[in-house]
Amino acid sequence: MIFEPDEVPDVDHDVPLDLTGDAAVDAWRGVAAEDVDEPGRGLAGMLRSRSRRLLGSLLRPHRRSLALAALLITCNVAAQLAGPLLVREGIDNGIPPLLDGGSGSLRPLLTVVVALVAITLLGAASFNGFLMITGRIGQDVLLDLRRRVFVHFQDLSMSFHEKYTSGRVISRQTSDVEALGEMLKFGIVTLATSTLLIAGIAVVLVVLNAQLAIPILVALPVLWVLTRWFRGQSERAYRATRDAIALVIVHFVESLGGIQAVHAFRREPRNQEIFEHLDDRYRQANVWSQRLAGTYGPGVQLVGRLTTAIVIFYGGWLAIDGKVSVGVLAAFLLYLRRFFEPMQELSQFYNLFQASAAGLEKLSGVLDEDATVASPANPVTLTHASGALRFDAVGFAYRERPVLTDFDLDVPAGETIAIVGATGAGKTTVARLAARFWDPTSGRVMLDGVDLREFDALELHRAIVTVTQENFLFTGSVAENIGLGRPDAPRADVEAAARAIGAHDFISALPDGYDTDVHQKGARLSAGQRQLVAFARAFLADPAALILDEATSSLDIPSERLVQRALRTLLADRTAVIIAHRLTTVEIADRVVVLERGRIVEDGPPRELIDRGGEYAGLHQAWLDSLV
Amino acid sequence: MRERALWRVLPYLRPHKKRLAFIAGSAVVSVGAQLAVPLIAEAAIDGPIRDGNKRGLVPLLALAVALAIVELSLTYRRRLALSRVATSVETKLRDDFYAQLQRLDVGFHDRWQSGQLLSRANSDISLIRRFAAFGAIFLVIVILEVIVIFALLLHLDPRLGLLTIATAVPVVILCRRFERRYHTVVRDIQDQTGDLTTMIEEAARGIRVIKAFGRSDEMFNRYDARCRQLRDTEMERVRVHTRFIWVLGLIPNLTLAAVLLGGAFAVSWGSLSVGGLVAFVSYLLILVFPIEELAWILAMAEEAETAAGRVWEVFDTEPLIADGANAATLARARGEIRFEGVQFVYPGTDKIVLRGVDLAIQPGETLALVGATGSGKTTIATLLTRLYDPAGGRVTLDGHDLRDLTLRSLRAHIGFAFEEATLFSASVRENLLIGFPGASDADIEHALAVAQATFAYDLPWALDTRIGEQGLSLSGGQRQRIGLARAIIGRPRVLVLDDPLSALDVHTEARVEEALRPILADRTSLVVVHRPSTVALADRSALIDGGRIVATGSHHDLLEHEPRYAAILSQAAEELEAPQDQVAS
Repeated sequence: MIFEPDEVPDVDHDVPLDLTGDAAVDAWRGVAAEDVDEPGRGLAGMLRSRSRRLLGSLLRPHRRSLALAALLITCNVAAQLAGPLLVREGIDNGIPPLLDGGSGSLRPLLTVVVALVAITLLGAASFNGFLMITGRIGQDVLLDLRRRVFVHFQDLSMSFHEKYTSGRVISRQTSDVEALGEMLKFGIVTLATSTLLIAGIAVVLVVLNAQLAIPILVALPVLWVLTRWFRGQSERAYRATRDAIALVIVHFVESLGGIQAVHAFRREPRNQEIFEHLDDRYRQANVWSQRLAGTYGPGVQLVGRLTTAIVIFYGGWLAIDGKVSVGVLAAFLLYLRRFFEPMQELSQFYNLFQASAAGLEKLSGVLDEDATVASPANPVTLTHASGALRFDAVGFAYRERPVLTDFDLDVPAGETIAIVGATGAGKTTVARLAARFWDPTSGRVMLDGVDLREFDALELHRAIVTVTQENFLFTGSVAENIGLGRPDAPRADVEAAARAIGAHDFISALPDGYDTDVHQKGARLSAGQRQLVAFARAFLADPAALILDEATSSLDIPSERLVQRALRTLLADRTAVIIAHRLTTVEIADRVVVLERGRIVEDGPPRELIDRGGEYAGLHQAWLDSLV
Repeated sequence: MRERALWRVLPYLRPHKKRLAFIAGSAVVSVGAQLAVPLIAEAAIDGPIRDGNKRGLVPLLALAVALAIVELSLTYRRRLALSRVATSVETKLRDDFYAQLQRLDVGFHDRWQSGQLLSRANSDISLIRRFAAFGAIFLVIVILEVIVIFALLLHLDPRLGLLTIATAVPVVILCRRFERRYHTVVRDIQDQTGDLTTMIEEAARGIRVIKAFGRSDEMFNRYDARCRQLRDTEMERVRVHTRFIWVLGLIPNLTLAAVLLGGAFAVSWGSLSVGGLVAFVSYLLILVFPIEELAWILAMAEEAETAAGRVWEVFDTEPLIADGANAATLARARGEIRFEGVQFVYPGTDKIVLRGVDLAIQPGETLALVGATGSGKTTIATLLTRLYDPAGGRVTLDGHDLRDLTLRSLRAHIGFAFEEATLFSASVRENLLIGFPGASDADIEHALAVAQATFAYDLPWALDTRIGEQGLSLSGGQRQRIGLARAIIGRPRVLVLDDPLSALDVHTEARVEEALRPILADRTSLVVVHRPSTVALADRSALIDGGRIVATGSHHDLLEHEPRYAAILSQAAEELEAPQDQVAS
């Protein structure tokens, strides 16, 4: 074998890839609580039934189309199988009449040729129909799945999202959905045609000559064993590739998302090193899985070839004894060739099947996840909330650490209350419970005397709006970003909101004013500007209650002054909960609550608290000192 | 003729010449061995079977078995070699792609949606690998098979052979037309998928905002519109592809019918034997399968081609910020910084941010930069680390234009704390040491103490705790303090602090400032400030307005004599009417 270079045989032996990796190399990642909820290996059976249910529910609306597709593909396979038989027929019965000096009837031959053309057209037309129908079903299923998963992620609670992380949310909706898409695109056609061909040919072979089919029956158990081995192995290999690519993606997204920091701190070489290391693990996992396919495919072919050789030998033997005609033997060999091809074909797509099965597994897991902050079956309608908020004996634990116990707080409608306290005192917890990002572990949080859990989540969030310090902007224009507060608002209202909050001037100065795409060149908004946009958004939303969770931290003094002034109008007849470490914002509150380790230690109008000379008075003095 | 983006992958194959030669050679052998099977059957039928010689079957059986074993062990080796080549090419390509993205300037990353980059690095490069590992070799084998079979057919019967070969003409025309149309559709699909990915990403990362406003349905409508658009484009792909498949599948089968008809006459005229016709038809049947398969492989090739085009778009982008040809290494820096007539316009727009900034910071001096929101303070800070380059004028460090210094040596002298500290999903230690891997434990301890970030020692696994998106989530103030510690850890000559204390409460802020003072004393610092408290750290303040530095001086002087300065920093809000007249009515 002159072609063989000496490095080809360096097959690494069946070392299962350990993707948790060696500690020294992976130390940089640090330690975290055990990775959440990727499906465990032992649960395979249960998970499969879960994803089967999902698949069933996705396909159910297409039952009729699927039945039609099955009919069409059966026609197509029948046409494919009829081809060689007709050829044989033409040779055996069409030609002999022509041989006797050419005087015989043309009819038998013409019949065969016409039948061949007709069957070809029938086969092609049915295949055409099959492809169109399955193509459409595939795309509809994908659309349905995309919608369901998106909606479900939107419905799931914030505590779910905090644990699950956005990286996973993204990969569920991209790579896992796409894996199923690939499967629907290529896999279904192969799966259907191959399976039917194998079955069809098996039938034809047995009908042609049962005795000659015996070697094939012997080959089948061998194939079965081979297939079992392949499936078991490649399931593991496949998981390894998925785990590996996930790490590559996470590193890619994160490091490029923080490209400013990467450049400023010259992290490129270290990043590159980490990336290449992760990418190489992915490569190894890929090589492993491809080696399995590379073993299985030729393995099947080998079985096929040996079976063919035996059929030639055994068939020849039988032919010599006159038990089989030469024509049948020839036809047998033609069919045999097509018998093993589809099996090979199936193995090529096996990874695709697994990718989609694994994707489906994870997606069905997500869809089974209950919204811990769920909307009730019969929500109380919320038309004109007055905005009175009440915490009634609320308890809350974050990561098993109690933050609030037996917490009571009453915010009458229209009152503006500020919550101050040191880091970890529970300020943010109160804000998130009030907005129902989280649900309390015990007790109740109420709006207008009704438990928040009784409302429809969307309606509730429109009535109680939170502005946080992370001011995420979505792709689209500045106007659209403000408009998120009230999507049907006319442009004039959007501009009025921006004016009210003092954001109009900087927005007008952007390249395209309100129509500037926030993610496009030249539109890099500073943190302060983004915060102003977020305020304008809240202003436009016009909620019954407003929660400001450290919402003014990035504003400079002039902007803060503008926001301050706007807040006076905005909060005039509205319930508001302000959490801020800058006391400027606190000053406009009617009432200040000082929190310490989850308990209210002071409560009263700001002036009164300052005069009383307690905790708040101290904070106030420190703040005054910082102003000089 | 379109330039073939896929060809540009070829250099990546160069290191694998030997393997590729083996792959090609063994492919030829395999094709030969496969085509030999009908010949062996024919030999058995025309020899031992006709003669009734059972013993004569044995050598043929042995030959068939030997051939099968040789061919398939070759196939096994070939696929192994192929998978190694393909995955190596994929890995190298992705590594290079990532390196290029890291090289590209911040301006590039501002312009490009991250979803588009991810789909190129992941899906597109995988497509190229799949084509290389599976499609390319299949294409070669099919072409090889077709050529050999054509030769055999011509040999068996020249006229029928020519008739068969003539059918290749419509096949080729069809393929070319298909390629053109498919190319457009696939490119649309890939771009639309990228847009969809971006939407998914935003809906995931902005989930808190969406929930806070109860706008899930609004987001869903936007998402759904894109999904439906993608579905429609995908259906167009299905239509184009299906039409191609069914026409392509018709051709060999109709040829078969024509050959049968023509062959029958040839047999009746005596120019072809029945055995010859059988052989002819057998070979033609062998051809049907690869030609049908061609429809899939060509689609795959076209997808890989478009994918390669998308990847090369990024490779072909030149970084705007890079080391110049004669860039010098600055081993030691005194820390003297000058901005001379610096202008800045966001690349590709006419939005002028800086019109002519003149500013000097002496070694060891701490300068506070003060200005209204959007006045360009952060831009000045980023120009100093060369995240962007000025459009006019120059920035110098110790008298060297920054563009004459290597990026690495320049940035090694500068510690940067961003307004929003970017933390990576890695241990606290890794995050701290990001810019200065050589720092000692004592350095870490010192930096954490200064930044009031000793809470890091109390995390579940202390400094080994993973933080960032995939780890423990920290509060805004905690993130900022880690970011600050990171900036000072390597004791750089120059510190750039972009509003580094905005998320801290008053008490912590005071403590950080106290600890920071001695550090700032002996290095050059530029501090972007929003608050009077932070100004206290500085020796001098500079006021930026209208794209220029309009005043410099001590905080108290400016506060007294410069109303614009006072307007920004004076907390006595209500008495002092803001000079801006846009105040809400």
